[in-house]
Amino acid sequence: MATLTPTGSQVHDLLAQRRLPWWNTAAVAAISVAIAGLFALTTPISGTAGTAVTALLTFMVVQTAVSTAVEGRRYAVDRLATTLLVGALVAALIPLVSILLTVLLRGLHALDPSFLTSTMRNVSPRKPGGGIVHALIGTIEQVAIAAAIGIPLGILAAIYLVEFGNRSRLARTVSFFVDVMTGIPSIVAGLFVYTALVLTVGLERSGFVGGVALSILMIPVVVRSTEEMLRLVPRDLREASYALSVPKYLTVLRVVLPAASTGIITGSMLAVARVTGETAPLLLTTFLTQSINANPFSGPQASLPTFVWDQIGSGTTASVDRAWAGALTLIVLVMILNIGARGIARLSRVK
Amino acid sequence: MAKRIDVLHLNVYYGAFLAVEGVNLAIEPKAVTAFIGPSGCGKSTVLRTLNRMHEVTPGARIEGKVLLDSQDIYAPEVDPVNVRSTIGMVFQKPNPFPTMSIYGNVVAGIRLKRRTRKSELDDVVEASLRGANLWEEVKDRLDRPGSVLSGGQQQRLCIARAIAIEPQVLLMDEPCSALDPISTLAIEELIYELKQQYTIVIVTHNMQQAARVSDTTAFFNIAGTGKPGRLIEMDETKTIFSQPAEKATEDYISGRFG
Repeated sequence: MATLTPTGSQVHDLLAQRRLPWWNTAAVAAISVAIAGLFALTTPISGTAGTAVTALLTFMVVQTAVSTAVEGRRYAVDRLATTLLVGALVAALIPLVSILLTVLLRGLHALDPSFLTSTMRNVSPRKPGGGIVHALIGTIEQVAIAAAIGIPLGILAAIYLVEFGNRSRLARTVSFFVDVMTGIPSIVAGLFVYTALVLTVGLERSGFVGGVALSILMIPVVVRSTEEMLRLVPRDLREASYALSVPKYLTVLRVVLPAASTGIITGSMLAVARVTGETAPLLLTTFLTQSINANPFSGPQASLPTFVWDQIGSGTTASVDRAWAGALTLIVLVMILNIGARGIARLSRVK
Repeated sequence: MAKRIDVLHLNVYYGAFLAVEGVNLAIEPKAVTAFIGPSGCGKSTVLRTLNRMHEVTPGARIEGKVLLDSQDIYAPEVDPVNVRSTIGMVFQKPNPFPTMSIYGNVVAGIRLKRRTRKSELDDVVEASLRGANLWEEVKDRLDRPGSVLSGGQQQRLCIARAIAIEPQVLLMDEPCSALDPISTLAIEELIYELKQQYTIVIVTHNMQQAARVSDTTAFFNIAGTGKPGRLIEMDETKTIFSQPAEKATEDYISGRFG
């Protein structure tokens, strides 16, 4: 094209850049899929995944070659990087979408109003029917107990670390152990609480003991997110408050915490959502039951994750259906918590 | 009742680093004192020692005395919170509290500390905003957040907030450096009115501003990077800008510095 341009437009030549037409990407993609299809028919590299990888590699090679020839090196690298990033995004989304679709398709099968309102009391594992209301009550109570213990402790610890610790030995030690706790396997938290509260103190296994185990998993998440949020509050605001002769504790309570509240609420709700699906610690601390036990302080209590575990363990068609429906309920519950966190965060923002 | 401040043999440290050395100065009541000097000479640092804001920075400390009407504000029995309720401060960057309304910002220093009747607070808000020449511009939207105001209005809101707690002295750390000339003029006029009631100390990079608003000017200088800043001379503003005693001062104000 450049050779067809009349002479005398040197300014134009200086600034103009030859680009590939808009349909180029689609064309290269079609060619790549065709080549990959050919490969699948003629070589051992076949199957959906193999073909997809061949198509992607061909796409990158062909597009980089065409782009280098027409547009030059910078645009070719840009297109290659874009392909890699979009490819990574799609690869990351595949398991997520697959899980959601599988749970949705298989869970809807057994999910009906009676599933949400009845228990497993006197329901044979082999027969369909029964429900999860006992597990729903248990999960809500256990998570509420965990939140009531974990969120205040976590927020207070973070306030100490950021506002009062001043990198003292104690603050550094606490900070180190919070990091360690983030990586604790959940079953270890369950074992710890089981040993401490059931074997040593002599409490019976109950929803409360399970809530304590979940709170141990929540605390490091709450501390970390609250710390980040408090550190984001500008020094200017603290100084403005001190300069108005407001004492430090009131500065923290009335200026720093409100400025960080949105992030703290979101972080705490995400911590709640994270422990809602924990199974292992609850098996040790709440045990299982098939009927409603609304009192979290006495006797075994059901929960959604242990319900799913129990039903899968029975292995019959009816119980596996119930397990999928329970998993779907759990995902919906966690989603509601997440969306609720965002809603609260949005509402509490100053307009 | 405005108070005077006397600074005696002040050395200011950040950790082991001596930032300002050997400052002696007297700040007269109901007058405007300006601190001028090149960047890094320690004028803001000295200002922040006057209401014990310096020690908010980790590792910061001072030697020497700062007397507020002959009482040492660094005496061991003195509570910095009480010092700051007597000596207010306005910062370089307008910093209204983002989670509070205009009304809430003005009464922040009062309401954060004690319960006060609404009618009393209403009076304080109107008086302070009038005092900061902002009342007419915001009286119909007191419940809006402070961030909806322009930079100059936000700075006047910060001044209203500072005078709402009725300090005796007002420290201003380059209060106009982030503002346009019209907002600057508004603040300068305000400083002129405020000095009828308050002792004012202002740090500024703008020498015309020092000449316009101040009665006394203190010139700070620094011998080189890593060396401590010093007070070179302090005199009536007229004298400093016409016949300074020191060569360094003359060089600085006439732009022949460095």
